[in-house]
Amino acid sequence: MKKLIATITFGLAVMAMALLAAPAQKSKMLQIKGSDTMVNLVQILAEEYMAKNPGTALAVLGGGSGTGITAIINQTCDIANHSREWRQKEIDQAWEKGVQPRFFVVAVDGLSMIVNEKNILEKLTMAELGAIYRGEIKNWKALGGPDKAVSLYGRQSNSGTYVFMQEHVLGNKNYSTDMKEMNGNAQIIEGVLQDEGGVGYVGVGYLYDKDGKIRKGLKVLNVAKDAKSQAYSPVDKAAVDSGNYPVARPLYQATNGKPGAAVATFLAFETGPEGQMIVEREGFFTIGAKHKEQNEKNLR
Amino acid sequence: MKGLSKGRWSESALWVSSLIEKLWGRAEDIAPSPSETASPSRSFMKKKTIGRWKESAIKAFFFTNGVLAIIFLIGIFAVLLSTAIPAFKEIPLKEFFGNRTWDPTSPEKAQYGLLSMIVSTLICTTGALLVAIPIGLGVAAYLSDVAHWRVREIIKPIVEILAGIPSVVTGFLGIVLFGPVIAKIFHTGHGLNAVNGSFLLAIMALPTIISISEDSLNAVPSAYTEASLALGGSRWQTLVRVKIPAALSGIIASFMLGLGRAIGETMTVLMATGNARAFPHGFLESVRTMTANIAIELGEVPYYTTHYYALFAIGLVLFIMTFIVNLIADVILNKYQQREL
Repeated sequence: MKKLIATITFGLAVMAMALLAAPAQKSKMLQIKGSDTMVNLVQILAEEYMAKNPGTALAVLGGGSGTGITAIINQTCDIANHSREWRQKEIDQAWEKGVQPRFFVVAVDGLSMIVNEKNILEKLTMAELGAIYRGEIKNWKALGGPDKAVSLYGRQSNSGTYVFMQEHVLGNKNYSTDMKEMNGNAQIIEGVLQDEGGVGYVGVGYLYDKDGKIRKGLKVLNVAKDAKSQAYSPVDKAAVDSGNYPVARPLYQATNGKPGAAVATFLAFETGPEGQMIVEREGFFTIGAKHKEQNEKNLR
Repeated sequence: MKGLSKGRWSESALWVSSLIEKLWGRAEDIAPSPSETASPSRSFMKKKTIGRWKESAIKAFFFTNGVLAIIFLIGIFAVLLSTAIPAFKEIPLKEFFGNRTWDPTSPEKAQYGLLSMIVSTLICTTGALLVAIPIGLGVAAYLSDVAHWRVREIIKPIVEILAGIPSVVTGFLGIVLFGPVIAKIFHTGHGLNAVNGSFLLAIMALPTIISISEDSLNAVPSAYTEASLALGGSRWQTLVRVKIPAALSGIIASFMLGLGRAIGETMTVLMATGNARAFPHGFLESVRTMTANIAIELGEVPYYTTHYYALFAIGLVLFIMTFIVNLIADVILNKYQQREL
């Protein structure tokens, strides 16, 4: 009995200490939350930043753009990652709660359309992609491919990529209900690697393996604006920079109002030359002059 | 495992009522009666009062704990109900239960049809039971009747460890192991479908089914077995025609509890079934269960909107389904325990 009481007392003491210690740590720990497309990239940026600036602490979580935006509106994180723009409804909601979001562009993504390497198709137009994801084209034969049923892989509705696709590729129409809704980019890739009829969309940074080569068994489709235009690859930096690749998109971070000193230095690191080098190394694209200007304005 | 095999519902209710009675009676006891004040030894009296006070305090403590469980349950139900009801103000019942399409974030027209998800949930759980019942019953019969006690001592803890595997790990197995195998066997291109979900749910329901079935097989009076063997029945005949029928209510209850586990499981099916919203036409199609849908959408839904309330309405439907299943299991189990007495 005594032993039991001693154990319980000890346990309570440990818990109390943990509770006392937590707020002290919390004041320094920056919480970053949101887009699953960005989570790996921002994690690496945060790690390098922490290594260069001892004493700083950042925690990066995924969950989807919607989750991150909700978190910053509810003020449960310091920075929200989002791969789509905010909806008007979300901005209104933020203002209602006294949150004044400021947006920063940290990288550019060429949203990549992937199929299994056994698929003979090389390119698709935006219209064809839309038709595929709306469920109007059900067999690859209709596009000059093999006689195989189209097997759709996509993200879940809390994903910014899901929303971006719906707005920019599907023409604001419903997704096919046959689409398998996966938890993240990596799961979509695993699915398409195994599925000969599979097609999926992922952030360009997820296409590469450890050695910086495109994953074995995967084919990245070239995408054309329309039937008359040339098709470009999402891994082609020039095509993404010039806007020739039709499904390129900025990757954002949002803060509540003017970022504080800790957040601002991290944002400056990300958008500065060091951070942008990491962005490029991870397979995403660096930001252009226009975005840089906007970032600097928002930092002030 | 013993706790599981008891009729929790009626038993706790009985226990609470008896406790109330005892506490009530106790309070009257503690009040000093004239005969007690006249007692010669005062210090003895004091000790006795403290002892009584301590005992009733301890009883009150356990009584509170018992009541807390009920309060929590009622609280959860009340919250669920109050958050779900606003959904039905905006979604007609006919759409909620009759429409096949669930697409609340649709840019065209938000649709709140639960039918596909109910069917998906039922397909997955039925599949799980089809796999888990024969295996579970087989293992239970083996453990109770065939296995050497040493083997049993090894297998029983292993089965119980199986119950402790985190569902996310089971789901992972489904993606990397079962998925590709299923795709190969059925030539479906991918293995993210109801078959995969069913298999994983079967694994998760097995420990419950095995433990409770085995308990109830062991509870069959040995006189039954002896009589059957004495009449010249073989061990197989004894098992199939005497022991299993005698333990049937416990066995069926174990199936129901396994079913309850399968209906409510979330992470595993979320990871392994593909989550397509289409109405499923067979086991080889990707399905989205009700639990997976709540998990997917609740993280992002704007609060106090129709969509938000609708997710709670799904939760309510799930709650009622599992409640009914558990209730049936308890009724069956109770019957069986009373007969044992």
